[in-house]
Amino acid sequence: MSKHKKVYVYQGFERFWHWNQALLIFLLAFTGFEIHSSYEFFGFETAVDIHNKAAWGFIILIVFAIFWHITTGEWKQYIPTTQNLKAQAEFYLFGIFRNAPHPTKKTIISKLNPLQRLVYLGLKLLVIPVMVISGLLFMFYRYPQGDSIAMINIDNLEIIALVHTAGAFVLLSFVVVHLYLITTGHTVTSNLQAMITGWEELEDEDDSPEHDVNSEKTDTNTSGS
Amino acid sequence: MPLTPVNSTDMKKFTKAITFFLAIVAPLLIITVALRAPKADHSKLEALRQEYPKEHKSGVDHSKMEILQKDFNNPHEMTAACLTCHTERGTELLHSAHFKWEREEFIPGRGVTYLGKKNLINNFCTGVQSNEGSCMKCHAGYGWNDKTFDFTNPFNIDCIVCHDNTGTYKKASGGAGYPEMGPDGPDFKKILASMGQPKSENCGNCHFGGGGGNNVKHGDLEIALLTAGRDVDVHMGVDGAHMNCVDCHTAENHVMKGRYYGVSSTNTQRLNCEDCHTEFPHQKNILNEHSIKVGCQTCHIPIYAKVNATKMYWDWATATRKKDGKEYELLDADGNIVYTSIKGDFVWEKNVKPEYFWFNGTADHHLITDKVDTLSGMLKINTLFGEYRDRNSKIVPMKVHRGRQPYDTEHLTIIQAKLWDKEKGKGALWLDLDWERSIEEGMAYIPLPYSGNYAFIETEMYMPVNHMVSPASQAVTCKECHTRNDGRLATLTDFYMPGRDRNRFIDLAGQLTLLLSFIGIFAHASIRYMAARKRKTAQIQ
Ligand code: HEM
Repeated sequence: MSKHKKVYVYQGFERFWHWNQALLIFLLAFTGFEIHSSYEFFGFETAVDIHNKAAWGFIILIVFAIFWHITTGEWKQYIPTTQNLKAQAEFYLFGIFRNAPHPTKKTIISKLNPLQRLVYLGLKLLVIPVMVISGLLFMFYRYPQGDSIAMINIDNLEIIALVHTAGAFVLLSFVVVHLYLITTGHTVTSNLQAMITGWEELEDEDDSPEHDVNSEKTDTNTSGS
Repeated sequence: MPLTPVNSTDMKKFTKAITFFLAIVAPLLIITVALRAPKADHSKLEALRQEYPKEHKSGVDHSKMEILQKDFNNPHEMTAACLTCHTERGTELLHSAHFKWEREEFIPGRGVTYLGKKNLINNFCTGVQSNEGSCMKCHAGYGWNDKTFDFTNPFNIDCIVCHDNTGTYKKASGGAGYPEMGPDGPDFKKILASMGQPKSENCGNCHFGGGGGNNVKHGDLEIALLTAGRDVDVHMGVDGAHMNCVDCHTAENHVMKGRYYGVSSTNTQRLNCEDCHTEFPHQKNILNEHSIKVGCQTCHIPIYAKVNATKMYWDWATATRKKDGKEYELLDADGNIVYTSIKGDFVWEKNVKPEYFWFNGTADHHLITDKVDTLSGMLKINTLFGEYRDRNSKIVPMKVHRGRQPYDTEHLTIIQAKLWDKEKGKGALWLDLDWERSIEEGMAYIPLPYSGNYAFIETEMYMPVNHMVSPASQAVTCKECHTRNDGRLATLTDFYMPGRDRNRFIDLAGQLTLLLSFIGIFAHASIRYMAARKRKTAQIQ
């Protein structure tokens, strides 16, 4: 058994960003699908109101998050790697049932396992930008309004709406699976606690036989979510 | 002093921060500010609010005009008297639609046309030709009895019908536009002394009664507007702004603003809500944004015919029936005529939800010389153009009046029957109850050929609803349109509307993905749980 050490993995901003993003995506999805007439809860008008406000909140948060990722160099966490990818998948499919060890080790410089790297990168580069852009086009399909000459004048909202809806389903499915996968950490709640407190018990780095500081290259490590 | 290494990384971080602030945050802030919603602007409306309640004071007292003091023998003399001071108004009127009952208009596919009530078919009393003696009770002129009427004589203009402010002037029934004169007629001295801007009553005398009775034709124009409150019409409501027709329907040289597409064809001379309310009347920008594609009336006139019923269906085919050899009438519980031998069957409705269509302000009309398309089984009396893809089109509420009218089954043209005459035996349907004869007389008058064979065809006429604007609190709510089924706009299927439309494939795929996610999680969690239990028992053993 390897030694464990309490490590401060998630900085203040990171946690602030993560939980706000979670809340906003939940709100956006919940109100979005009401707008989609999937159910009635707030009432259409209120749902649109909340969706629009949450959307602006989301955009502002994203701007700060981009800034943070770039200035801190944390964006490197998302550089995809194929190393251990198969092993990680096999862990979720088989190893986890045998209580096998996590194939990738979580460290501060490499918090994400190769599957997470891929999925989160996809979210950040594809799904979320698609949602933001299609959402903004939804809002500003004709801009400026009124009689002045329009810079944006889109005739058919359908494509925008369909892309936005499809993206919403993808994002929602991600959230559902994500919520489950956070229970697959060292213990059922260790990932959740880490994202709340910032502290997580990680395998002692000095103990790790194949540890390498160049996180991009080597086996990136981790547990769960 | 040389910087320590620590300081230099700090410095680097700082420049990085500045760079990214300038590169990302600043542009986004600027874009956000640039894209901010235009503020609602109520200044113009406020100014009008101050202005409208003021009583209009005329600069002239017509009772002091010597020329108006004499006893007039006929109404033409009165017009002549008016024109001695108002020297140019005669020419203006001679060119106005109120007098000519036609306008020069360009219709794509037809070119320049001269159309109006003078020569068009409508879906109510069908048309004026051969019936002028009766219809011209609502003509701003005297003596339009038949085709010989002189449209160039300014003394044929009726000034009084619009400018009488006593409310006592009346044109005689069947009098070709003449009032009763002499001892049975109104007191013209008093009337001429009152001359002034038209009041709503003046307009209403004709425009409330179109189609042969109060509120028959439009549904949103009726006598109750003179006394009703804001709940019926926010503009005219006696407990509100109490505006007059001409407050909105302003005129310059007797050319009035406002279009009625039963007779008009072009997107000109229209009266728009935005003229007073501006393009950004709402505090909530998402509502202002709607006006790109949705007319104000669509949300703000949730129902029309709020006080008295309006005619929705008129079946001419059932006219001429008799009971015990005599013509008869049937009334409904509210006193509306639902059958009369001279006109056929009617359907009336009150508090009617409009139908909705795209409309770009241009229209075409079924001319009496046009061929009837019997295959479609439906004749559109007028066609209002518009579709989602047309950037000039907006969704507007309309009253669609339906009915059945006679057409010539060989020549395939719509028929103008003779409905009215002073005496029996001259072929007027309303007196003789004989379709055959009235059609022959009507068509011969125009003159157009008639084959001798007629049948009835379904007809539709489209009339945008613009009046009876409700208070904002009663406006159509989001959900009345943004709903999956049976929304107000359910029939407008040429565009995507959130809340109403969806792509079945995307929805199905999305729901399946979600379902599979849940199933996967459930399966995974179950196996995990069972495996853990197994391990535990194994450990214990
Ligand atoms: C910055 C991001 C976003 C913006 C700017 C945005 C904006 C919008 C807008 C303007 C609408 C149209 C509502 C209307 O008709 O008034 C809409 C609809 C919708 N949004 Fe978003 N949204 C964003 C993010 C999201 C997210 C993250 C989700 C879900 C996870 C989502 C789900 C939906 C759904 C399902 C609809 C209904 C689409 C339809 O039925 O046509 N949105 N969004």
